[in-house]
Amino acid sequence: MKKEDVPQDLGALGKVTKEVCYATDESGKYTTQLSDGWDIKTTALDTAWHDVEERIAAAKQKVLNNEASPILFFMEKGLMDVQILAGYTGFWQWQVKRHLKPDVFNSLSDKKLQKYAEVFNVSIPDLKTMTVNEE
Amino acid sequence: MLTTTLPFKHIQAAHCENGVTMSLLKNAGVQQITEPLAFGIGAGLFFVYIPLLKINNGPVIAFRTLPGLIFKRTCKALNIPVVRKKFRSKEAAEQFLNECLAAGHPVGCQVGVYYLPYFPKEYRFHFNAHNLIVYGIEDGNYMVSDPVMEHTNILTGYELERVRFAKGALAPNGQLYYPKENTVVTDDQVKRAIKSGIEKNVRNMLTMAGPITGVNGIRYTGNRIKKWRDNLGLKKAGLYLAQLVRMQEEIGTGGGGFRYIYGAFLQEAHGYIPNDDLLEISQTFTASGDLWRTAAVQAAGIYKGRIGSQEDFNIMGDYLLEIAEIEKKAFIALKNIKWQ
Repeated sequence: MKKEDVPQDLGALGKVTKEVCYATDESGKYTTQLSDGWDIKTTALDTAWHDVEERIAAAKQKVLNNEASPILFFMEKGLMDVQILAGYTGFWQWQVKRHLKPDVFNSLSDKKLQKYAEVFNVSIPDLKTMTVNEE
Repeated sequence: MLTTTLPFKHIQAAHCENGVTMSLLKNAGVQQITEPLAFGIGAGLFFVYIPLLKINNGPVIAFRTLPGLIFKRTCKALNIPVVRKKFRSKEAAEQFLNECLAAGHPVGCQVGVYYLPYFPKEYRFHFNAHNLIVYGIEDGNYMVSDPVMEHTNILTGYELERVRFAKGALAPNGQLYYPKENTVVTDDQVKRAIKSGIEKNVRNMLTMAGPITGVNGIRYTGNRIKKWRDNLGLKKAGLYLAQLVRMQEEIGTGGGGFRYIYGAFLQEAHGYIPNDDLLEISQTFTASGDLWRTAAVQAAGIYKGRIGSQEDFNIMGDYLLEIAEIEKKAFIALKNIKWQ
């Protein structure tokens, strides 16, 4: 890539910091050039976020249909999977999987619910009603 | 309360681990070190596609070696002893960090980016292989040099603890590392390190490579992509391609999946080992990086929904097959270089 071809499409990162890119100058020698971002990359990121939004919506619907507990909704909302959620709550993965079932969730003690509530930054009532507390 | 700010020069780099390696070594007296040298000596160039392992709901695709290896290999090649520690307890992790600072060592830390406050929200996925340097503490706040950022940042004790103990795949467990002592490295040592770095990279990309790693992995991925449309459906195939592009880009590779940095490394290597083959092979890596970018544009056409026929997937797959051939040639040429 030539220095003058380094993309300068302002993206999310570009608003915070420019990126260093390696590119060649007129004589073919490598040098660095700051970049504001690249459209191709921005849309790749947008695609991923669009997928996240869809997963959150699908999770919400599953909870409303009583096919999953609200933990599924908050897990998707937090871009987590079972492994990550187990890590942050301190539960085992098989426990988290059980807690994703509505019946099991409804019988959880407040102590256990509190662990989830803390990770998701909500209160226990909000956890049960899928009320999001934006930071 | 402990207050220390070490004399430390923040240098922005294209990639976090290269940047941390470069800055820590420079700070420890290795004057010659640059980002491309750290990347090349650390044999950073790689490719792996693991279809069965999923990260962020897409396949695992990486364009560089496992996190931590660049620093480890570069220090080893330059004969620099390293301190590296992981922790169970957050308190012990913080205490050890403070002791390092008090002893005058800026420290590299592995962190997760999900809770990293100065990162733009759009980038904050659960990615745990980010690296930054802590170089000071003041009133319980830490001075942070993150190599991908233009400027330094400040994190509170809690914020730093949270990212050092991020959870999930590749959880950092508070891992920190730094060169044990200051050292002066001779040009001759750099020369030898460059050779061993190139030899290691040749092995990783050509001979040691199984079917899903190195140039074989690129070819394998190219062939798989041609089947993605039928096997996954257009939507999921698009998501997978977006994942490929995001990994290729990570932050600051200019779209070439680290190939440009490797090209720059070979040019710098020529300064130490004046063999003109190095310059020629550098151009081959530039060509490979350019083709990775062209492939990314094709991929974007698909995940934006502008194109999406089987033919479009075939073109995408063929780009990777072509790249695999180019890189194979380049690494064979590196393998056959006659070192004086």
